[in-house]
Amino acid sequence: MAEVKLFGMWASPFSHTVELALKLKGVQYHYIEEDLSNKSPLLLEYNPVHKKIPVLVHNEKPIAESLVILEYIDETWQNNPLLPKDPYDRAIARFWAKFFHEQILPTALKTIAAEGKEQEQIIEQVYQKLNFLENELNGKDFFGGGSIGYLDIVVFFIARAFQVNQEVTQVELISKEKLPAICKWIEKLLKIDVVNECIPPREKHIAFIRAHLEAAKSSSN
Amino acid sequence: MAEEVILLDFWPSPFGMRVRIALAEKGVKYEYREEDLRNKSPLLLQMNPVHKKIPVLIHNGKPICESLIAVQYVDEVWKDKSPFLPSDPYQRAQARFWADFIDKKIYDIGRKIWTTKGDEQEAAKKEFIEALKLLEGELGNKPYFGGESMGYVDVALIPFYSWFYAYETCGNFSIEPECPVLIAWAKRCLQKESVSESVPDPEKVYEFVLVLKKKFGIE
Repeated sequence: MAEVKLFGMWASPFSHTVELALKLKGVQYHYIEEDLSNKSPLLLEYNPVHKKIPVLVHNEKPIAESLVILEYIDETWQNNPLLPKDPYDRAIARFWAKFFHEQILPTALKTIAAEGKEQEQIIEQVYQKLNFLENELNGKDFFGGGSIGYLDIVVFFIARAFQVNQEVTQVELISKEKLPAICKWIEKLLKIDVVNECIPPREKHIAFIRAHLEAAKSSSN
Repeated sequence: MAEEVILLDFWPSPFGMRVRIALAEKGVKYEYREEDLRNKSPLLLQMNPVHKKIPVLIHNGKPICESLIAVQYVDEVWKDKSPFLPSDPYQRAQARFWADFIDKKIYDIGRKIWTTKGDEQEAAKKEFIEALKLLEGELGNKPYFGGESMGYVDVALIPFYSWFYAYETCGNFSIEPECPVLIAWAKRCLQKESVSESVPDPEKVYEFVLVLKKKFGIE
């Protein structure tokens, strides 16, 4: 009998991305919460190269890196496909996922330490990059078209984290005026049960972000 | 229907080399267009408005950007010949993992080797060798990362071999004593026409690096 384990962390959007993929495919899995300040020997054994979560373990074989895990899930459980069939459409989906992870997220993270004019400039950079995705949605319900797909799963939890972050930092990265399609898309996803199951409890999440920010600020003082 | 394949590229780019090798492995005829990165063509800016970078693969007028994404695209479109990825999902995941590792490590650490000096350079050299040793471990005693034939990880990594001489000369160190298995693998890959025709002479790459160093005022 196939055994699926997921090593994750309750506040990590990368972890949520994998959970949503598994749930959309109807895959039963055993979730293991990792304390990132005290990583388990098992995690370090399953991901010796990066020592990070999420790690999916299927029949004792580990797979690391969320985007690699997503493609593995899509190829192993072929119901409810996440990636489109057409090679060009697949290339586009992969392109935007990579762009989101490698460009949008790191730039957004820079807004945390920045202040004043510098912060304003970085916020503008994030907006310019997010605008590409705003255009990519282009009237569709989801990035995947009529239903949730690979890119929706990759982008949603990080986009949502930006919104939750705003409650603590007052930095607005996704405004209704400038990114209406993305806002609408987030709201649409929030109404879906299986998506909601993957989102951490709001107050707990806010408290966590607040604590991390204070730790970051005090360590730089 | 005639296939039109154009590759916008820059001769010393290891990322460009990946796509050249992929197309050659599949026997795809394509038009290679050299870009002057100080004066990017309107076509490049139009086809890659997000990053404005090479390589850009243009297939029947549609652009595919990001080298590994383009390599996967080539593998999926010309699927009847020389598959780069294995058929087993777990092995595919491992190949993707290691290609991602190469993307995260090799270029940036390599760049540090020729752009820094002193302690920073020493640290970069150490990190570079460590990364190569991890890759050696993954290769094991297989002829190629892909097993009996070249695969996705081979295509992802071999271009950087043309930069090793530049790294070694700038960093005053030698890679082969530390990673003999990897160097043997690289030489094995170079015996394939798809690779040897796609990668530049390491001496020319080193000359190019010297020009860059002068331009950026790096000693």
